[in-house]
Amino acid sequence: MRNQFNIFKNLDKITILLFLALIFIGWINIYAAEINESHTSIFDFSQRYGKQFIWIIAAILLGLIILAFDVKFFPAFAYVIYGGIMLLLIGVLLFGTTVNASKSWFQIGGIAIQPAEFAKYATALALAKIIYDTKSKIKTFKDLIKPVVLLAIPVMLIFLQNDTGSAIVFSTFVIVLYRENYIPGWLLLLGIFAVFLFILTLLVNEFIIIGILSSIFLLTAIILRKKPASIRQLLLILLVINTYVYGVSYVFDQILQPHQKMRIAVLIDETVDLRGAGYNLHQSKIAIGSGGLTGKGFLQGTQTKFSFVPEQGTDFIFCTVGEEWGFLGSSLLIILFLTLLIRIILLAERQRSTFSRAFGYGLASVIFFHFTINIGMTIGLIPVIGIPLPFISSGGSSLWAFTIFLFTFLKLDSRRLDLL
Amino acid sequence: MLNQHQSPEIGSRKKNAIIFFIILIGVLYITRLFFLQVLDHRYKIYAESNIQRIITDYAARGLIYDRNGELIVYNEPYYDLMVVPGQVGAMDTTEFTRLLGITRPQFESRLQTARSYSRFKSSVFEKQISKDIFAALQEKLFKYPGFFVQPRTLRKYPYPVAAHTFGYVGEAGPTDIAADPYYQPGDYIGISGIEKHYEEILRGQKGTRIVMVDALNRDIGSFQDGRYDTIALAGTDIYASLDIELQQYGEQLLKNKRGSIVAIEPSSGEILALVSSPGYDPNLLVGRVRSQNYRKLQEDTLKPLFNRALMASYPPGSVFKVANFLIGLQEGGITTHSRYSCPGYYYSGGITVRCRSHPQPVNVETALQYSCNTFSCIQFRNTLELPKFQSMQEALNTWRDHIVSMGFGITFNSDLSHELPGQIGSSDYYDQIYGPRGWKALTVISLAIGQGEIGTTPVQLANLAATVANRGYYITPHVIKAIGTPENLNPEFIEPRYTSIDSIHFETIARAMFETVESGTGRYSRIPDITMGGKTGTVQNPHGENHSAFIAFAPFENPKIAVSVIVENAGGGATWAAPISSLMIEKYINREINRTWFEKRILDAEF
Repeated sequence: MRNQFNIFKNLDKITILLFLALIFIGWINIYAAEINESHTSIFDFSQRYGKQFIWIIAAILLGLIILAFDVKFFPAFAYVIYGGIMLLLIGVLLFGTTVNASKSWFQIGGIAIQPAEFAKYATALALAKIIYDTKSKIKTFKDLIKPVVLLAIPVMLIFLQNDTGSAIVFSTFVIVLYRENYIPGWLLLLGIFAVFLFILTLLVNEFIIIGILSSIFLLTAIILRKKPASIRQLLLILLVINTYVYGVSYVFDQILQPHQKMRIAVLIDETVDLRGAGYNLHQSKIAIGSGGLTGKGFLQGTQTKFSFVPEQGTDFIFCTVGEEWGFLGSSLLIILFLTLLIRIILLAERQRSTFSRAFGYGLASVIFFHFTINIGMTIGLIPVIGIPLPFISSGGSSLWAFTIFLFTFLKLDSRRLDLL
Repeated sequence: MLNQHQSPEIGSRKKNAIIFFIILIGVLYITRLFFLQVLDHRYKIYAESNIQRIITDYAARGLIYDRNGELIVYNEPYYDLMVVPGQVGAMDTTEFTRLLGITRPQFESRLQTARSYSRFKSSVFEKQISKDIFAALQEKLFKYPGFFVQPRTLRKYPYPVAAHTFGYVGEAGPTDIAADPYYQPGDYIGISGIEKHYEEILRGQKGTRIVMVDALNRDIGSFQDGRYDTIALAGTDIYASLDIELQQYGEQLLKNKRGSIVAIEPSSGEILALVSSPGYDPNLLVGRVRSQNYRKLQEDTLKPLFNRALMASYPPGSVFKVANFLIGLQEGGITTHSRYSCPGYYYSGGITVRCRSHPQPVNVETALQYSCNTFSCIQFRNTLELPKFQSMQEALNTWRDHIVSMGFGITFNSDLSHELPGQIGSSDYYDQIYGPRGWKALTVISLAIGQGEIGTTPVQLANLAATVANRGYYITPHVIKAIGTPENLNPEFIEPRYTSIDSIHFETIARAMFETVESGTGRYSRIPDITMGGKTGTVQNPHGENHSAFIAFAPFENPKIAVSVIVENAGGGATWAAPISSLMIEKYINREINRTWFEKRILDAEF
């Protein structure tokens, strides 16, 4: 029984180490990015790096508190937590503070809390609960309704806060739905293909894509000329894809706001708008690119030191890593993330309870999405979408939310034999 | 209990698919980083250029003083607004354009021009911004990354005179830049006058500094502790030989007249004043208004840009009798004892040259004193027809050689820019017109009185006066006395250049010139307490009123100043050019004018 009260029992040490490594890397890079000549102490609480130290301590405390909970609390209170956070999301729309055009912050004393960060955690809990509660082996289309509604609510609320980036994150839960047999693999691939085609359409003239696709169809049709049925099917597919491509281009022209269009246009050539949307990307690429193989050294990055990259402590923190630690340092950080993700997936797979597994996949999906979008945008592969790099970017909300997220899963994992 | 929802193999397949996808993204990103960080070296250069700003420290151009140490050309500071297109970041363009008073399209097109020159080198965005704009801009500059102000200097002339002599400074053009790698676009270079001739002395050595700036365009110290910086060396000051007060007085005297005054210190060849009228204020050809003003001056029908003192070629008229008599005495066409009577004209072979009435008979001295045309023609013909000459060609070429030795028909190649040689015909010239046997002394008889196919410039005439003052030699007329310090005399122009005439003949002619002023054609311009030699000239002008000419030197015994004056379309030499010469001499020697009525008559005259 003594073991029952040892909250550290069976905790996965690899994950803990990865977590500590990432928050440490984050902290020193925030220090490098934000260092103020007159406040050089990394513990100076008037500066971002000093505050980040407080956030880290607080995060670890939060993690410990999570570990102290009874493991059955999480499935039992999943909907309650979800409901509570949704209320906060509504509350922030009414009483929130606007930062960078997004009305998504609660200002409490000196601390700003962003409920959207916690919404991902709450949604993962609730989604895992739904999946756990759905006992049918073969999932039908009807079974998808509940998860979709569950996801749609926070997405809508966050969209209303004008925080597009955080809203898009929820699309990552399709990975959980795929893993739990709600979505077949081909649909997921189709989705990825659709996103790929979407971006391609924005980058290349739509008629070129339609032309290429039609040529491929013609060639296939000649090969399959003996099978009219297949040709008819192919023709249908071609029509659907071409309509989609044309539609995307139309939507891009008609619906996206000018600044959003520019964010995509600068991916091909950032110099088209060096003083606007291209500036961030250009300076970000200069910072990372100038790091070379081994980097310029800690606190030696000129791009970093002299603030050429806006938001460098938060969304563009990877620039600091790239500039000061070079290819080796940035590759190491990517490998650390990959290791963490794979570790979480392996832990998820060993769960006896569907709840824990689905929750683990939810955690992996969200970290993976943040990682992909955040680093992708700093190296110019993905349009600039302002979401933080988990455990690395400065800021309390993101760090706490991810820490709670991770530690909840570690708790579930450490008591995996107690849960069914 | 086992998971009841699915078979383990399907789950494992999905797990592997997801892990595969995660690793795929990781590999993609690491590959991208490899290209960005290891293979592509552009970003290193971008990062350096981001923080480096190359600032040219323009050397202060050397100052110019006059012969008395009076400052006559100095530098006035101003600012250019520069831009480094690659560093231009997000900014409030509307506020910026309003501050500068330019439109948005102008802003864009200037930025485009700068970008097409270089993305990382600075170029001028707005030249010579006013003090008000500079003050307003200075405070807000941090808000406009990529922009900075570059201090420069412009020439300033406290005395608005001697524009032709000073010349002007302008931006180095493509040919200057191609000819000398020192010059970069935006650099200044002397384009004419002293500024051009002494460019390398005046310009000094510009320096470059590399400073580091942050994203907000703030200077954050020198790059690598200034290892790559070079220090600007100020240009060397120079001392012009001009007497700025005399120059100013000369320009005053020629106001509302066309013509020129050249004053030379005979003993040194130093030009004391070089007046070309109409002139212009040198301050007009400075800075951003220069090209506009230059065009205006160019279009002016009175041709103020034309430096008459060095470039206008006039027949010298009777002034030239000085040179001709010297040759006659040297070659033996006449002697000091030769006496001729003058019937009021010279007539020979169908050619008549009129003369005025004057005491009879005349010898070489009185002939000069009364400017006797008859004597001039006789002596000229005598000389050319001397039996020692085998041919007319030889005779004329001998005459011409003497004339050239006195500085005519050539340029002095001194530090005066845009000098023209004038024209002294050689025998080839007359051979071409009349054929080798088609001409004789009488054909060219008008040369005897300085008319016909002959062109001399005012500076050459002043030099003739100086040569007589020196009794036989001159020193190349020049305008820069010393370089660096007043004691460090300009070494280029020290050698005396002797004429081919013996100095004893100069003595004769100098005395004749003295008598000319004492009691001859120039007596009206005699200065009570200054001895002076002079010679009047009335240049026949087929296009209008005669030009008035005079050359002079003073004091007679120990000459300090030699002068030539030409006033176009003014009439007789004695009436205008001689009084102006005497005023110049009085001003220079006495530093003040006592004959105020005399002066007033000149100042009021208009031609």
